[in-house]
Amino acid sequence: MSIIRYEQTQGKSLGFYALIAGLGAFILAALGSVYFMEHSGHHVTGMSNRIVWGLPHVFALFLIVAASGALNIASIASVFNKKIYKPLSRLSGLVALALLAGGLMVLVLDLGRPDRLIIAMTEYNFESIFAWNIILYNGFFLIVGVYLWMMFERRMNKYSRKVGIAAFTWRLILTTGTGSIFGFLVARQAYDAVIMAPMFVVMSFAFGLAFFVLVLMASYKWTERPLGDAIVNRLSNLLGVFVAAVMYFVAVYHLGNLYLAENSAVENFILVDGGIYTQLFWYVQIILGGLVPLALLYSPMTKGNRSMLGLASVLVIIGGLAQLYVIIIGGQAYPLELFPGKEILAGYGGIASYVPTVPELMLGLGGMAVALIAIAYLVKFLPFLPESLADDVANPHHKG
Amino acid sequence: MDNTINRRDFIKATTATTAGVATLGAGITLTTYVNANENPVTNEKRWGMLVDTNQLTESDIDGMVSACQKEHGWGDEIHSTGDQKAGWIKKVKVKDTATQRISNLALMCQHCDEPPCVDVCPTNASMKREDGIVLVDKHLCIGCRYCMMACPYDARSFVHEDLTDQKEHMPRGKGTVESCTMCVHKVDKGEQPACVSSVKSDAVIFGDLYDATSKINQTLKKVQSTQIRADLNLNTGVRYSGI
Repeated sequence: MSIIRYEQTQGKSLGFYALIAGLGAFILAALGSVYFMEHSGHHVTGMSNRIVWGLPHVFALFLIVAASGALNIASIASVFNKKIYKPLSRLSGLVALALLAGGLMVLVLDLGRPDRLIIAMTEYNFESIFAWNIILYNGFFLIVGVYLWMMFERRMNKYSRKVGIAAFTWRLILTTGTGSIFGFLVARQAYDAVIMAPMFVVMSFAFGLAFFVLVLMASYKWTERPLGDAIVNRLSNLLGVFVAAVMYFVAVYHLGNLYLAENSAVENFILVDGGIYTQLFWYVQIILGGLVPLALLYSPMTKGNRSMLGLASVLVIIGGLAQLYVIIIGGQAYPLELFPGKEILAGYGGIASYVPTVPELMLGLGGMAVALIAIAYLVKFLPFLPESLADDVANPHHKG
Repeated sequence: MDNTINRRDFIKATTATTAGVATLGAGITLTTYVNANENPVTNEKRWGMLVDTNQLTESDIDGMVSACQKEHGWGDEIHSTGDQKAGWIKKVKVKDTATQRISNLALMCQHCDEPPCVDVCPTNASMKREDGIVLVDKHLCIGCRYCMMACPYDARSFVHEDLTDQKEHMPRGKGTVESCTMCVHKVDKGEQPACVSSVKSDAVIFGDLYDATSKINQTLKKVQSTQIRADLNLNTGVRYSGI
């Protein structure tokens, strides 16, 4: 196998500064939104005592889930020993860390008291899956940081497989933990399902890879470095498999729920008459975020076309956001079953209304911008990207 | 060998100190509202409430809600709208789908023995006292609202705005979660919760569930009572009869 040479990007072009300025504007807007929301209180948002987690949580959980998925590329190389993915390992680790940082920023800045973050770091309730998640997130930073170091430092290269296995195990636990935030809520009809945890793991595969593909293609295009079809087509196939796997889990989750009489009403709400949630589920999550990307990735007409791969990745991300919107907000909008066998005439019940506000959206987008700006800057200062990923470099056995 | 002994002594001393501090720390938390010398909070008591929906009238419930608002100073938020407004206790009207029988009841924190809010709280802000009263430590609450996701009774409120003129015994803070305290500040002085006192009849009884001589214990032995969402096995401190 030929030697892979990694090199920093130049980061001096007008385009680079325009990118940084654009992302910076989003981050400023996010910080302004946070100031506004924290100063006024959450009454300026669409959130309420019924919809306690709103649009910021949709973005935060999307980014956190995608973060662990973005690490997959490195894991496939080190854990499963697929050499063709090895040149992508550094970028994979970077994208994972950047996405997690963006997601955590959104999560923390949407707290009622973000100024008390230190309490979350020092007071642990070990029975809380949320507290475990805090440990898992911090651990992820540490372990992926060490993993990157093993990959960067030639003397340490020999340990990179071991650390890679540890990172892979950790990320599986992390996403299981994230899914369990919902899976353990016994009182919520839409959530109380163990399948939430593995479903989140599979979602992370798809969302993280879609994000990674976009970052990879954009950075090679903008730095005018060669990126061969051998790698791109593999990633494309992999994305298709992951998208199909997510759809399988979604189907099992809903079919399983439909089987239980106690959950048939909430299923009816999400799948049939839930208004915006039903529309998001079918039109955005299933069709736009699932079936259309699968068609783009596998149809002979569009297969192998990079613009179509890019479009498919964007759609997977949009579909993923819709999926989390339906899970998080749709699941809360449906009322708690307080009195099984009785109808509540007044005082509680009905579908809770939620209209997201602009500051909430800006906070969420700001999290994405933080992830992207971190990637753009770090590839400039450290050699994350191979100078060439042309077919003969990435895969010498590839036959054009 | 000296080394070993020293290390062992060191570990002993550290462990003892840590244990001491931990005990003291836990003690302070658990006795937040209590004069520990006179009236220690122990698990020999379990405070509870029995709501008899056959006796309880709609105006009784309205009275309970306004007594709670007056006691704790919630409900006059200016900016919060609709579901954003605080609701520590609410009037709920239910109809049995088979018999069409209608009942009215007051719904508040059920003070579970196995409270899901305490389980999920990452910072131990949600806590259960030894005597069964479930509270939020406003100094530890980071406003993550996971407890509100976990509560099966929709019993908790998030403070959505700045507040002024608060009650001395009930500091409320923007960005933190709050709920019924079972009027712990009154209970610790030997008084009844405000909502219970507001009802003139015996429709709501408050007392120590464990005390065989208490009215609530004796009534619960006689009448058929139930817990809301008994299927969740949370062993609530608030019980209902007549539904």
